[in-house]
Amino acid sequence: MSTVAASTQFQSAEAPRTFKSTIVMGVFALVVFVAFGVFGKPEDVTFQWSKPDDVIHIPDFVVGSSLVGLAIGAILILIAAIVAVNASRRRRNPQWISLIFGFFAIIALLAWLAAGNAVPFAFILGNAIVLAVPIALGAMGGIMSERVGVVNIAIEGQLLTGAFLAAVVGSLTDSLLLGLVAAMVGAALLSMVLAAFAIKYLVDQIIVGVVLNVLVLGITNFLYSQWLANDGERSNFPGTFDITPIPLLSDIPIIGPALFENRLTTYLAFIIIPVLWFFLFKTKLGLRARAVGEHPLAADTVGINVARTRFWWVTLGGVVAGLGGAALTIGSVGAFGRGMSGGQGFIALAVVILGRWHPFYAAAAALLFGFSIILRVWANQVSPGIPTDFITMVPYLVTLIAVVGFVGRVRAPAADGQPYIKG
Amino acid sequence: MTTTPKAANADARWSIAAKEIVSGGAFRAFLSVLLGFVVGALFMVGSNEEFLKALSYFTARPTDALAAGWGAIADGYAALFRGSIYNYNADNLVAALRPITETLRFAAPLIAAGLGVALAFRVGLFNIGASGQILFGALAATAVSTRVELPWGIHLVVAAVTAIIASAAYGALVGFLKARTGAHEVIVTIMLNYIAAGLLTFAFRQESLLRETGGGGTPKSDAPAETAQLPLLLGDSYMLHAGIVLALVAVVIYWWLMERSTIGYRFRMVGHNADAARTAGINVELTFVAAMAVSGAFVGLAAINQALGARAGLTPDIDGSIGFDAITVALLGSSTAPGVLLAGLLFGAFKAGAPSMQVIGLSPEVTGVVQGFIVLFIAAPPLIRAIFRLPAPQKTTVVADWWARLTRKKAAK
Repeated sequence: MSTVAASTQFQSAEAPRTFKSTIVMGVFALVVFVAFGVFGKPEDVTFQWSKPDDVIHIPDFVVGSSLVGLAIGAILILIAAIVAVNASRRRRNPQWISLIFGFFAIIALLAWLAAGNAVPFAFILGNAIVLAVPIALGAMGGIMSERVGVVNIAIEGQLLTGAFLAAVVGSLTDSLLLGLVAAMVGAALLSMVLAAFAIKYLVDQIIVGVVLNVLVLGITNFLYSQWLANDGERSNFPGTFDITPIPLLSDIPIIGPALFENRLTTYLAFIIIPVLWFFLFKTKLGLRARAVGEHPLAADTVGINVARTRFWWVTLGGVVAGLGGAALTIGSVGAFGRGMSGGQGFIALAVVILGRWHPFYAAAAALLFGFSIILRVWANQVSPGIPTDFITMVPYLVTLIAVVGFVGRVRAPAADGQPYIKG
Repeated sequence: MTTTPKAANADARWSIAAKEIVSGGAFRAFLSVLLGFVVGALFMVGSNEEFLKALSYFTARPTDALAAGWGAIADGYAALFRGSIYNYNADNLVAALRPITETLRFAAPLIAAGLGVALAFRVGLFNIGASGQILFGALAATAVSTRVELPWGIHLVVAAVTAIIASAAYGALVGFLKARTGAHEVIVTIMLNYIAAGLLTFAFRQESLLRETGGGGTPKSDAPAETAQLPLLLGDSYMLHAGIVLALVAVVIYWWLMERSTIGYRFRMVGHNADAARTAGINVELTFVAAMAVSGAFVGLAAINQALGARAGLTPDIDGSIGFDAITVALLGSSTAPGVLLAGLLFGAFKAGAPSMQVIGLSPEVTGVVQGFIVLFIAAPPLIRAIFRLPAPQKTTVVADWWARLTRKKAAK
């Protein structure tokens, strides 16, 4: 990932005008305006902001589907225009512009999908958050390890380890908390293997990561089919954490139930993301970690122990990713299933990059993937026949577009993936 | 590789040569496989019910536990042998020989895709996208094999060439994006895997595209037309088809390409040191694109194998786990032609052995454990060296020189 840095380091002081993000956004805006608006469906769509039993009830909002397409299409074109103006003045576009753009685009998509039907907003948002939690926590683990310069492809394996151990230990000991701890410890041990190979033995980090994924998949598949499938009652029946609404907060209209009626694992994610941001960007520890990831030689020169810093950040990243794995089982469906992480670790990897190695943006990107999963399920119900496979593909396309640098510049920590040999 | 020390005298040569062999990659690969089987055996024992029962009174009669443990290992690996090489329990010779043909059948796509990943490795690229390239190639091949009518022979060739071109193009896209924008190929290929899966599922779901005629809502295609199927090699009693021939030809082509051709030399040069290659006047960016295209073309052979070797309709999981297994094949085979061939055969045997392990009540997934540990040991040379107390890699080239003298006039420098 260092090649990105290498190819941009010779840029002149005055950056050239780049209209790449304008073009990408413009195309998306036109698609929304034309496909969802001009050629949209005339039927009404009902936005249900509240669930029937909510304390504060916001009345449903009924509007023509194509009208939403036209209105939001116009807003998106306006945003693209602002971006274009910024670009022509060589001003950098703030990250939140793309977030707002994405938010409106999703609303337009919802309105188009649900023409003649209802959009249960709280239901979709709530599910998107729950589905995003494992991805987001995996991504936080990835950020922690990549910020100190160790590429972590093994997130998938860590999620799977966490999911497996949480279910099995939680079931055997009849204690979900013990399951949670086991998930964190197990994934941390896996991280330690990655860290040891990458830092001490200087083995190619990407290869070790892939190999660890293969290994964990092999072991959990075997144990699942040989043991859990026959003995599920005793060893793979942990149950889930209770859904605990937080008083008052969960009564906030629209977002209250989605955010504050969740399980422990989701709340932990809410805590970990800002805490990680604080540690990374506001504390001495975080500064040191970032220094190690950007310029290990300089960090070493001022007396930071590069190897040790890397080792512990990678290990702690494993703890967080293991928690994400636990969210898959005891934080969501209960039992462990064969290969149940199903590529979410790789999505987390994409989320790390899409979120530019920043906890908050990564969390937003994880939410995008959460949305795409629940949209696929929901769209199949409200309007069968919609090519949902395309909805599935959108987040990957967005990631690809971001990675190849069409939406702003995505830059990894400078020493990401490079071993440091103390001279 | 450094220069051969001229001073090394004849007596020391043998011990240097021995050291070279023991510290070399091939010997390490052998030990890794051995160790992988040992770990697999531990998993078999640990999950064996008789053993666990006997363990509860281990102090009273330890022989019971030991016998049960040994029995579990022996049964397990005997079943693997019966399922993948020779079934000595079979009624007739045809059935007894079927396992080895199954191994070849399963090995074919692994070898082909393994070569693709291996080629990218040699250029310093990590092609995680074999899965996507297989899906994209299979998509193209299925379009030709189910929606186009051509005479026997020509149909197969056209479908196969289409698959190779599609897979190569999908690979080249990765190289282009990397060369043009500096995007890391690992991320790009992961994303393209999902995108290819989405495209294929979409096409298999739409009746106007590739959906099975008269099929329901599940994404599935028609079986390839008989004119486009890879022919069976050994008659109707075996399922082995021409895919293995393609794979073997690919091994030879790969060897020639990487060891003998100019373009292969260029590939390796970029892989060793891209900056030096650039200084020497090689267009590194173009090499990335070309290498990923050729890598994709090899993976395309696996796509042919999956799409045209099938006798029934295809489903979106047509790539199986080949895309990822190919990485382990390339790693174990240390990206050389013979290495990939052997590694592909080994992992093909694992797949072929699955049913007969299932029969004796052992989950065939145990081969996944073996496979995982083998590549772990392979990926971490320091680990295997520490376990077996092997010497560090030697900088001498005694064996290589002997080999060079045997095969050609001058050692490759």
